[in-house]
Amino acid sequence: MSLMQLFRTRKEDNSAAIAKERLRIIVAHERGSRNGRDFLPDMERDILEVIRKYVEVQQECIDIKLDSQDDCSILEVNVQLPN
Amino acid sequence: MARIIVVTSGKGGVGKTTTSASIATGLALKGHRTVVIDFDVGLRNLDLLMGCERRVVYDFVNVINGEAELHQALIRDKRTENLSILPASQTRDKEALTFEGVEKVLNLLAKDFEFIVCDSPAGIEHGALMALYFADEAIITTNPEVSSVRDSDRILGILQSKSRRAKENLEPVKEHLLVTRYNPERVTRGEMLNITDVEEILAIPLIGVIPESSSVLKASNQGVPVICNNETDAGQAYSDVVSRFLGENLPHRFLEANRKGFLQRMFGGIG
Repeated sequence: MSLMQLFRTRKEDNSAAIAKERLRIIVAHERGSRNGRDFLPDMERDILEVIRKYVEVQQECIDIKLDSQDDCSILEVNVQLPN
Repeated sequence: MARIIVVTSGKGGVGKTTTSASIATGLALKGHRTVVIDFDVGLRNLDLLMGCERRVVYDFVNVINGEAELHQALIRDKRTENLSILPASQTRDKEALTFEGVEKVLNLLAKDFEFIVCDSPAGIEHGALMALYFADEAIITTNPEVSSVRDSDRILGILQSKSRRAKENLEPVKEHLLVTRYNPERVTRGEMLNITDVEEILAIPLIGVIPESSSVLKASNQGVPVICNNETDAGQAYSDVVSRFLGENLPHRFLEANRKGFLQRMFGGIG
């Protein structure tokens, strides 16, 4: 053991933090697909239909995202309405 | 009503059989009539960890196929009263386990035992599915390591969708997280996921933490479940798990690293 190792604060290479972040993402992703969340494209189409009843918008003006955090999921719907 | 407990993990080599042997022994030591079944058809090992490998005559598959009576296949543990072992077959393939066959044997065992501990094989194939299908409770054995945590999450998904309780819309299988091979020193150095990380990712209640310990290999060498060595850290940690399983509220132990002094660090501390 070198003298440097003896005194350094061993915080610089925290691989556990990397492991945690990678796991958080992959587990959320895999849970998403097994909970049947592949309905998103269908839902996107339906929401677009409803909006189109009132305003004329294009497919690319609507953006739907599902994000999982802690114990809840957030559904984010962004629609650009024409002026 | 007998309670059926599956010890499962997805990943291999994380300590399922060690855990099954110790939890079954612990329940029996507390006076509960307990049987532990090896579901790892083709690769049985529970008999070795329980130290009864030379007493296996008939096995689980023999009973399913009607080639032996249940009482002929059950091995009474020599050390612990109230404890029996049902060994797996060494020769057949995993398909030898059928839903009907497993159910028949479990129903017979439920008449004589309070706890039925099912030691699952690794993987998410037929054998693992058979082990968890009839479970009331599951002990998810997990190492603080990425592939083990991910596989545990897969197994949780299977418990929630493919177990009998899920299929029949009953109350879900009760899930318990057991972290094994935990090394507090490495956690302190930022080299290993800590308990909170694993709990947060898997989001199920923690039933215990078994420290990485030389006593586990020693116990398997001797064919004695590590819980029987109650002066060892792993043995004590397993005893705590059994008590918590039976409803006691005990604090978790062995989570902190022993602080090494300057001299120990300098001269390469022992222990």
